[in-house]
Amino acid sequence: MKHLLIAAGLLSATSAIAADKPQLTVYTYDSFVSDWGPGPQVEEAFEAVCNCDLNLVGVEDGAALLSRIRLEGENSEADVVLGLDTSLINAAKDTGLFAPSSVTADYALPIEWTDDVFAPYDWGYFAFVHNADYSAPANFRELANSETKIIIQDPRSSTPGLGLLLWVKAAYGDEAPEIWAGLADNIVTVTKGWSEAYGLFLEGESDMVLSYTTSPAYHLIAEEDASKSAAVFDEGNYMQVEVAGKLAGTDQPELADQFLEFMVSDAFQQIIPTTNWMYPAVTPAAGLPEGFETLTVPEKALLFSPDEAADVRDQALAEWLSALSQ
Amino acid sequence: MVERAQPVSPLPGIGAAALVAALILGTLAAVALRAEAGGGFGPADWAALRFTLTQAILSALFSIGLAVPVARALARRRFPGRRALIALLGAPFILPVIVAIIGLLQVFGRAGWISDILGYFGFAPIRIYGLHGVVLAHVFFNLPLATRLILQGWQEIPAERFRLAAQLGCNGMAMFRLIELPMLKRILPGVLAVIFAICLTSFAVALTLGGGPRATTIELAIYQAFTYDFDLGRAALLSALQLALTAAAALAALRFSRGDGFGNGLDRPIRRWDGGAPIADALWIIAAAAFLLLPLASVVISGFAGLFETPALVFRAALTSVMVAAASTVILLLLALPMATAVATGRYGIVELSGILGLAASPLVIGTGLFILVRPVANPTALALPVTALVNAVMALPFALRILVPAARDVVSRHGRLALSLDMANMTFFVRILLPRMRAQIGFAAGLAAALSMGDLGVIALFADAQIATLPLQIYRLMGAYQMQAAAGGALLLLLLSMSAFWILDRGGRWHAEA
Repeated sequence: MKHLLIAAGLLSATSAIAADKPQLTVYTYDSFVSDWGPGPQVEEAFEAVCNCDLNLVGVEDGAALLSRIRLEGENSEADVVLGLDTSLINAAKDTGLFAPSSVTADYALPIEWTDDVFAPYDWGYFAFVHNADYSAPANFRELANSETKIIIQDPRSSTPGLGLLLWVKAAYGDEAPEIWAGLADNIVTVTKGWSEAYGLFLEGESDMVLSYTTSPAYHLIAEEDASKSAAVFDEGNYMQVEVAGKLAGTDQPELADQFLEFMVSDAFQQIIPTTNWMYPAVTPAAGLPEGFETLTVPEKALLFSPDEAADVRDQALAEWLSALSQ
Repeated sequence: MVERAQPVSPLPGIGAAALVAALILGTLAAVALRAEAGGGFGPADWAALRFTLTQAILSALFSIGLAVPVARALARRRFPGRRALIALLGAPFILPVIVAIIGLLQVFGRAGWISDILGYFGFAPIRIYGLHGVVLAHVFFNLPLATRLILQGWQEIPAERFRLAAQLGCNGMAMFRLIELPMLKRILPGVLAVIFAICLTSFAVALTLGGGPRATTIELAIYQAFTYDFDLGRAALLSALQLALTAAAALAALRFSRGDGFGNGLDRPIRRWDGGAPIADALWIIAAAAFLLLPLASVVISGFAGLFETPALVFRAALTSVMVAAASTVILLLLALPMATAVATGRYGIVELSGILGLAASPLVIGTGLFILVRPVANPTALALPVTALVNAVMALPFALRILVPAARDVVSRHGRLALSLDMANMTFFVRILLPRMRAQIGFAAGLAAALSMGDLGVIALFADAQIATLPLQIYRLMGAYQMQAAAGGALLLLLLSMSAFWILDRGGRWHAEA
């Protein structure tokens, strides 16, 4: 009980300090707010121009973030939600909790962006990451016929896992179950989240791991280690576009709009590549950081529209479950 | 039937049990009531239920089956390093799941140490992924706990019984039949139920070691219902199923674990005169130590390099974790001591039942339920740490009760009537007789609670913001930011802190007493 009182005291103290400035609350995923993510720099940069207090709240991952918003409903503390991706946009719009936004920018996405509610802030390609000296298969069929061992994430609990599900579906359509059946003996294991999978891959438990084409950039830039590469598949690599949107129930609509505009500006975008390890949605004036030019770039980008993704998701999951549960 | 007069009132314990039950069932109800459309049971849920039960039953049986000979060997032998080994036995299940999985696979995985050695001799790597892998991992987590709980059963047999048995010339077999078997019959059902309940709520371990969606557990289905489908009705339904299964197991355990104790003794240090089978005992101890310590060694080795590049933030998170663990331990003792006393004074099986539910409650459901309940009155983020301490205490409660109840029962039956006749009832009895005589068990339970709380990610992930982080959460964040080495350093720090907390509290309880 004592702790509750202390906590309540701290709470009222912090709200008293913040009272003289408007506060903007942004819900995002946990790795965004962590000290190694973009959060701290974004907060500093935005507070320097907004005369406000930016309050970043981290919630596990993109899917859990949307669940949190649905749980809080119209009374949510959040003004902006940052960290959903295209596979969640449809469900997010269906809640009716998000407000249209007028943000536009000269996006560096390989696709055209027309959504009137959500604005993108970064993007990447899903890819299998392997050691540079490993000769990776060129597509899913070759992978299925090879001895290559992979670790993937569960689509029910992980964003990359769901990305892979949609990737195979986008590339193979009705043939997807056949591809999964072929991949079954290549899959060492399926993990709950990205961290377990990537950690096990680094320990040598598999030849390749599902991650992003930008993952080798981390090793190269942060660790000066050029030993990792990402495999480009000739049927195309599926994209992830991460987006943010304003909540309809916000009590700070102008500040929320200002934040979304700030999000696609240089000050925000230049933070993204070496903290979130993704491509910025708008290429900063200074260009991409040194090292990004070494990354493999898929020739073909695959992406379902939000509507298509919502339509195929459940069927693709059922196919995945039945192929891998044999 | 007129209840016999008791030296302490069971009321505080019943009150504590009601609080715990209200927390667990109340959060479940909060989730269920918030549901818009409740989904029913699909074929996939039945498959998940089947797999969950199979792996939980096998894991519990194997853990117990192996723990009995190991505990027996440890009870019979005295050797240098015995205490350190017993303390280290606490380590596996205080590790964050993600760290334990990686440690385990560094030893047993495709590229693990054992596969490396096999490869050196030209054999194929071992295939760890599958039901056997799930059971292996759960035995890794639970064998130590089972061993400690069973070992305690051995230590609670009065020294006089062994003395008498030796005088009568009992050999190993007779000793087992007359003294050890009755003790095991009393202890094992409860231990079995606790481990069954722990394995019932497994998610990441079962999925990763199980090798894919074949190894889908109910807890994974709950997670999916929350995040993938946002179907709160289904989440609540599945969670209720978990609680019902655990309650059934607990009731069965309570039913089967009846039996008389060993009566009074003079608290002499235990000496054994039966030689037993020294070589077999040594083999059991060495095998168990190797099985448990190799993965821990891999955590220590990978963490050592990272420990020196661990950022200062991690140390700040460690401080937070120590504070949460301390608070959680205090809450646990405030709940567990009255509850154990209530159970000891009569047939309050319902109190024990409410205590064990903490294990079966899905952290996601408790966390979400608390979130729904707290939000109208306070900012959940501001309550992240108190809520985490509380939930951790409730999750440690079943272990604490298993440790405290047998001892409390003994004290009440041995000293209760004398205390009543001397007019030393209630607080006097509790403070002057019960607590001092149970200090070894209290120390063990407190150590376990502190260590568990330190290592548990718990509900903090649902409540935390950027400024608040416990050590396990910071380790996950490091891993999420590609910083596997620093995360390994954090894991080693966590291991050291948890072990120290456990060691200090456990030893503190045994000060001036031979265990």
